[in-house]
Amino acid sequence: MENIEQKLISRINEHATPLRIMHVCGTHERTISKYAIRDIISDDVQLLSGPGCPVCVTPVEDIDFAIELARSGKVITSFGDMMRVPGTTGSLFDARSDGYDIRMVYSIDDAIKIAKDNPTLEIVFFGIGFETTAPSNAAALLRGVPENFSILTSHKLMPPAMEILTRDTNVDGFLAPGHVSTIIGTEKYDQISEKGFPIVVTGFEALDVLLGIAMVQNQLETGRSCVENAYPRCVNVEGNLKAREMLYQVFKKTDSKWRGIGMIENSGLALKKEFDQFDAVNVHADIYKELHEKRASESDNVDGENRLYEECICAEILTARAQPPQCPLFGRRCSPEAPVGPCMVSLEGTCYNWYKYRHNKGI
Amino acid sequence: MCIAIPGKITSILNENTATVDIGGIKREVNLDLIGGADSSLIGKHALVHVGYAISLISDEESEEVLKLLRDVMDLS
Repeated sequence: MENIEQKLISRINEHATPLRIMHVCGTHERTISKYAIRDIISDDVQLLSGPGCPVCVTPVEDIDFAIELARSGKVITSFGDMMRVPGTTGSLFDARSDGYDIRMVYSIDDAIKIAKDNPTLEIVFFGIGFETTAPSNAAALLRGVPENFSILTSHKLMPPAMEILTRDTNVDGFLAPGHVSTIIGTEKYDQISEKGFPIVVTGFEALDVLLGIAMVQNQLETGRSCVENAYPRCVNVEGNLKAREMLYQVFKKTDSKWRGIGMIENSGLALKKEFDQFDAVNVHADIYKELHEKRASESDNVDGENRLYEECICAEILTARAQPPQCPLFGRRCSPEAPVGPCMVSLEGTCYNWYKYRHNKGI
Repeated sequence: MCIAIPGKITSILNENTATVDIGGIKREVNLDLIGGADSSLIGKHALVHVGYAISLISDEESEEVLKLLRDVMDLS
């Protein structure tokens, strides 16, 4: 089994026919960019980057709400990636520079500890992430959180977005996200594969990604389209039943807006009624209502985006309708040091990874 | 955001949490999502994401992956 990667690369290239495989996970983009997988496999096999970075698909409205909460004296706690994504009037980091209390945390438990240590302050946790991340927030709420703690929920579910992409994007098959699949299992993708799209649940080492590509290729060669699991060390058919049970004790599915795609039916999570006292939209309803009334009355908002970002094509990048070098800002006015759009902010963003691993190498 | 790191469960701290060794660094990790902390988990490997174990890592996976590789490449 020596040189297994080399054998896989040869297999992919010897069988190469025009093929568009989309991944929907920022960590896959990191692996693909870091190991230059696009450059070592045939140009016929195109690897498309889908909306797999939760930071990138978080709508501007949610960022604006978090900043508005901070301006009204609440403490905002957030994962680091979310801190730099621009909203209408700047990012959470910008708001922190203006003197508002915004703190970076590594888990919801860190945010809960801040709430317990500061009973006179109101703490809001910015809850972003896909099916991988949302169960931890459910577990925390089920264990019990202090009264001065609430969640701004912006969680998204991956299969409904993949479903939309099969209709709106030219794609032949998918590498399904390995860690999302640890929670949801492999059956949730059946409906999509039955429409004729091969799906392979894929891990995150270079070898995993190459295996995923070869397996999608193999399905198409043999006229099959089903869900296969190339990440069995972490993923099984039914997924993590306990995590899903906890998730849906706390959350219910809801329609949700994705940056770059728009509203997708049943693609988000909202807190159930019995958790209203911990739902930032409910707890701080006055601020939420005022912000949305203000947005509705402002004529310079186009579909929720500020004209500052008119030149930014993150929406096209997120749905694989364009690649980063096609953006007029890429590597010029938009870089990881000074990002304009969300895809350049996150370590998982497509633009960030193309810039980091390709831009300065003349690729 | 969905990055998860494998680690080895080395001790149980209470009904919710365990110490997990991630590449030589010891971390407190919540095990609620895999059914809670219990001593039978000591020595097992788990995937850790935002301070929570999200799944156990199968010990039998290598043979499964070899089979997938053979299927796709006809490896001897």
